[in-house]
Amino acid sequence: MSAAQAADNYSVLKPAGVQAATILTLWHITLGVCSIVFAGVLAALLFAVHRSRRGVRDNHAAEGKAAAMQARPATRRWVAGASIASALALTGLVVIDFMTDRALSRLPVADALHIEMTGSQWWWEARYPGRDGQPGFAVSNDLHIPVGRPVVVTLQAADVIHTFWVPNLHGKKDMLPGRPTTIEFRADEAGTYRGQCAEFCGVQHAFMAFGVTAETPEQFDQWQAHQAAPAANPSDDTATRGRDVFLASSCAGCHTVRGTSATGNLGPDLTHFASRPTIAAGTVPNERSVLMQWVRDPQSLKTGTTMPPAALPESDLQAVVHYLASLK
Amino acid sequence: MTEAASVSRERLYDGPDAGAATHSALAQTWSDPPGWRGWFAAINHKTIAGRFIAATFLFFVLGGLLALAMRWQLASPRTRAVGPDMYAQLFTMHGTTMMFLFAVPVMQAVATYLVPLMIGARSVAFPRMNAFAFWIFVMGGAFLFIGFVAGAGPNTGWFSYVPLASADYAPGKGVDIWAQMITFTELAGLLEAIVLITTILKMRAPGMSLSRMPLFVWATLVTQCMVLFAMPSVMLGSTSLILDRLVGTHFYNPARGGDVLLWQHLFWFFGHPEVYLIFIPPLGFISTIIATFARRPVFGYTAMVLSLIAIAFLAFGLWVHHMFATNLPEIGKAFFTAASLAIALPSGVQIFCWLATLITGRLQFRTPLLFVLAFFFILVLGGLSGVMLGSVSLDLQVHDTYFVVAHLHYVLLGGAVFPLFGAFFYWFPKFRGRMLSERLGRWQFWLFFVGFNVTFFPMHWLGLQGMPRRVWTYPEGMGWDGMNLLSTVGAFAIAASVLLFIVNVARSWRHGAIAGADPWHAGTLEWTIASPPPPHNFDAMPVVQGREPAWGARPRRAVSGLAADAREVLTTSVRDADPLTRSLFPSPSLWPFISALATTALFVASVFTPWAVVWGAVPVALAVIAWFWPGRAETEQALALETKP
Repeated sequence: MSAAQAADNYSVLKPAGVQAATILTLWHITLGVCSIVFAGVLAALLFAVHRSRRGVRDNHAAEGKAAAMQARPATRRWVAGASIASALALTGLVVIDFMTDRALSRLPVADALHIEMTGSQWWWEARYPGRDGQPGFAVSNDLHIPVGRPVVVTLQAADVIHTFWVPNLHGKKDMLPGRPTTIEFRADEAGTYRGQCAEFCGVQHAFMAFGVTAETPEQFDQWQAHQAAPAANPSDDTATRGRDVFLASSCAGCHTVRGTSATGNLGPDLTHFASRPTIAAGTVPNERSVLMQWVRDPQSLKTGTTMPPAALPESDLQAVVHYLASLK
Repeated sequence: MTEAASVSRERLYDGPDAGAATHSALAQTWSDPPGWRGWFAAINHKTIAGRFIAATFLFFVLGGLLALAMRWQLASPRTRAVGPDMYAQLFTMHGTTMMFLFAVPVMQAVATYLVPLMIGARSVAFPRMNAFAFWIFVMGGAFLFIGFVAGAGPNTGWFSYVPLASADYAPGKGVDIWAQMITFTELAGLLEAIVLITTILKMRAPGMSLSRMPLFVWATLVTQCMVLFAMPSVMLGSTSLILDRLVGTHFYNPARGGDVLLWQHLFWFFGHPEVYLIFIPPLGFISTIIATFARRPVFGYTAMVLSLIAIAFLAFGLWVHHMFATNLPEIGKAFFTAASLAIALPSGVQIFCWLATLITGRLQFRTPLLFVLAFFFILVLGGLSGVMLGSVSLDLQVHDTYFVVAHLHYVLLGGAVFPLFGAFFYWFPKFRGRMLSERLGRWQFWLFFVGFNVTFFPMHWLGLQGMPRRVWTYPEGMGWDGMNLLSTVGAFAIAASVLLFIVNVARSWRHGAIAGADPWHAGTLEWTIASPPPPHNFDAMPVVQGREPAWGARPRRAVSGLAADAREVLTTSVRDADPLTRSLFPSPSLWPFISALATTALFVASVFTPWAVVWGAVPVALAVIAWFWPGRAETEQALALETKP
């Protein structure tokens, strides 16, 4: 197993933004200092072992004590020297830590994109503001941001504590019920990065992931305009039937599809559901057969999820899935 | 000649010249009663400590088995060997067991065995309270495991963050049992702290001034003082949690003016010092073992003691580094970064002093020393990753990932479990009178050392690759598979090494080589008496003239004049250990056990109804009154001893 095989879009060591890069620099410096200290301690230990393996073995405490007393002034100098060196190294690290914190908190955010993100058991909702007369909109588990423009994400929790974390872009920030927090970062390289909840938030904490796609400002504008638009009308009969079943059944009680009468807000907004790469916060890929299983029996894919199984006849189920898959 | 005078003339007194009759009289006086009654009435500190150590070791093995189940589940992606809820219970039980039922109490248990022997005393202070604390501990641990087996295991992590641990998100009794287990173990821990502090400050042998105290005793004193300040915080926290859950208070409910961060502050104000409650006593083991096998006193005694005290103070100023990802003010976090790095300094001073001792000494490579040398490798790595976690910005990246799992195991196993095994090998001959097998010991050591690093080193890398903690499984294609499999293989190597240890103890229990009083030619007082020690420890109370009394001038001096037919002990002054009084200690009694049962009934029932706190207090009060009811015979004995001319 080597680092090369690892997922590069989800790694502390592969920064794609200025904040993560700043932290990685600190990491390299700290790792260097720590390696020197470790090597020093190990060398001293090996020296002690080597010395006594060669030296005379005697079991007399009195003689050991006498020999120790003789070596005392030199020993004292060494111990004092090592202590002073450690103090200097630690002071140096503290200074560099402070400088890093300062650099992180000074990201210019004048023209920042503001996103409001809410963590729930076990998915994410991101609200984008309206722009140029377009309304604001909500997406789930799939963020898009423009490259080179700072982003300020306001973090909230709907139930328990979650933690927002995209290692390629920045460190973590908690989402605390009753205490909104913010995190500021900027993507400098285009790409799709993985994010994941980092605070244990219940049984499916493992499957609470999201994606962040950093793209050119033009692509981002396009995406934003598309997401702001209401859902497309069904283009064929099956989709129309699917929409009707969706609206008539319990689905609409929890989910919103803008442009229809479905305005539930307990589950993800599905207006552009088919544009998202995964289902259930990174649990499974957004494919037709998987979606079928997800709607029919969510527990089989994500035990403990709050989404109830849809008690629908097979043909209705097919139609609903067909409709959902058409919500590009 | 009056009756009283004839009694006092017949009475045997201890002393350096006392013969076999005095020895057997003392042994009889300080023995626990035989039979089943003795089982429940025992108060001899060695009996209680032996059981205490065995109980904590049992919890260590159980916690280890839970860890094996987790590693089995994580060996490959998307496994379903255990489901997500069971996995949550596994890591909650593992963390809780290791922290609350093994690591902290085992250090107290070992200390209640060793401290009286090291300071030249016949007992711990408050021996009945010591027994009570042990029973409370065992019953609390049993309560947690019975709940787990009965399907009411806690599943919110050993840290039980609210609101996840509130009644809304964690229904059922699991979290209530968890919170009440805290009450049990912290009560036991606080009582043990009082026992140990009093023992150390008031019962040292004459002449053992503070500046002559063995470093292990210093480490214990410092640790137990920390217990007094750290544990009330978590008891307050868990009591508020249980009130929120059972009575409907809103300490942690933001919708009603409560605060979710209040829990984190209370928990980590205890939780970080707790790491040092686990880590400081082993510093004492290491100082003792290094001195013995380097054949010289530890270099820089004063620096060592001051470092221990500095660590204890700084340990209370670090708790926020568990909360860097919350919305606390940045300037405040910076303070905690500085404190987190500052604590590395006294730890470093200790390490340098030990290295100096090793370099200038004449090493004997026996098993205890091997475990201590491994400490340098592992703990230093853990300490350095701790320096990384102390930095706010680095922590924001690696916090709550497997990097932290690696770090904490490097610190806790390297800093506590390796030295603890070294200590077992070192003191087993004193405890049992027989040696553990060196050959099996070396096998165990190398399996453990290699297995440990194979298990935990890859986790640093997993953390940097983003693997979060407390995930029950993970998707394919993350690049985590190989390292996780390797880690699982390492975990089984650790299990094998622990099994070897158990085999070694079981074999040596009856068939080990006879140890004799002082197999290591060590310097502290416990090696001046027989192995295993007689019930009364010392035939005559030693007079201490230096830091390593057993390496000092001979003949050793002793005081005389304590009655051999009564549980008399000598109390001494706090600083200089000048003799102050002869004090009569209580005899074995069933009441500590009965009081512990009553207390357990109160704690357990209050999980089901808050009214149990009211009616459950009645049996506790009755049992405690009976415990302290003055007995006629004991009063007469005390008077007889006092009226002696």
